Amino acid sequence: MKLFSRRRFDMVAFRFHQYQVVGRALPTAADEHPKIYRMKLWATNEVRAKSKFWYFLRKLKKVKKSNGQVLAINEIFERKPTKIKNYGIWLRYQSRTGYHNMYKEYRDTTLNGAVEQMYNEMASRHRVRHHCIQIIKTATIPSKLCKRESTKQFHDSKIKFPLVFKKVRPPTRKLKTTYKASRPNLFM
Amino acid sequence: MPFKRYVEIGRVALVNYGKEYGRLVVIVDVIDQNRALVDAPDMVRGQMNFKRLSLTDIKIDIPRVPKKKTLISAMEAADVKNKWENSSWGRKLIVQKRRASLNDFDRFKVMLAKIKRGGAIRQELAKLKKENAA
Repeated sequence: MKLFSRRRFDMVAFRFHQYQVVGRALPTAADEHPKIYRMKLWATNEVRAKSKFWYFLRKLKKVKKSNGQVLAINEIFERKPTKIKNYGIWLRYQSRTGYHNMYKEYRDTTLNGAVEQMYNEMASRHRVRHHCIQIIKTATIPSKLCKRESTKQFHDSKIKFPLVFKKVRPPTRKLKTTYKASRPNLFM
Repeated sequence: MPFKRYVEIGRVALVNYGKEYGRLVVIVDVIDQNRALVDAPDMVRGQMNFKRLSLTDIKIDIPRVPKKKTLISAMEAADVKNKWENSSWGRKLIVQKRRASLNDFDRFKVMLAKIKRGGAIRQELAKLKKENAA
């Protein structure tokens, strides 16, 4: 009963949404019932999702948007956004000198959040913009099979660490001033 | 000086920025270096950046990501609400809230009370001074 009145305060800020696009070639005299293909992809909005769908489908099958139709496009939402999961993302990206494959791991509550982390990380670490990245596959990885130390270090049920540096912030942007009367105390 | 307040499962923290400002939450799991999964009896479990949390001295005994019922009963057992309201930090926040919610008549009453208290203090001081001089 309480399920749908909950306010999801971290969902709306995602830039990349996950869509399921289902499409097929248009039926012709030669082929009355063409095969239907379904793709799950990430895009900022539905229009872009459909465009991406045709881009990938063109590379896999002999069909274009002009002789095909999108049968359905649905946004996919996270099933359990309160559960922390380890996500593995396989991607293909274009660097200045060629194409490379990569496997990255992220710890997050939602797949959209992990994908957003991935795009940000690729942009900062490798200067790769989001249109040069193709997500090959994503999966939820159980803790035993995680490969990266940076995700494995949080697989500790008795995790404990201090926060070393306390950032002193006014509670709202309105209360921000250029000058303060006294120096802040940075100890937690 | 060593650290006394750690980010750990069961640590009670105060939200110091954003929509949930002023709320007491419990850290139920750590997502990564910057974010924790937090929960409180009257809110949906969600993630929060550590920059928005001020750790308190209170820690409760819970397993990792407990059910809401377990969390509520653990909070009752550790008596978080009373411990918080009796701590100096908690009391200061309550006083701040009260002062912010005064209307003009209340502020008038406070002014009169302050004058009265100042008068009583000065009388005692004068008495002590006279005893000392004598």
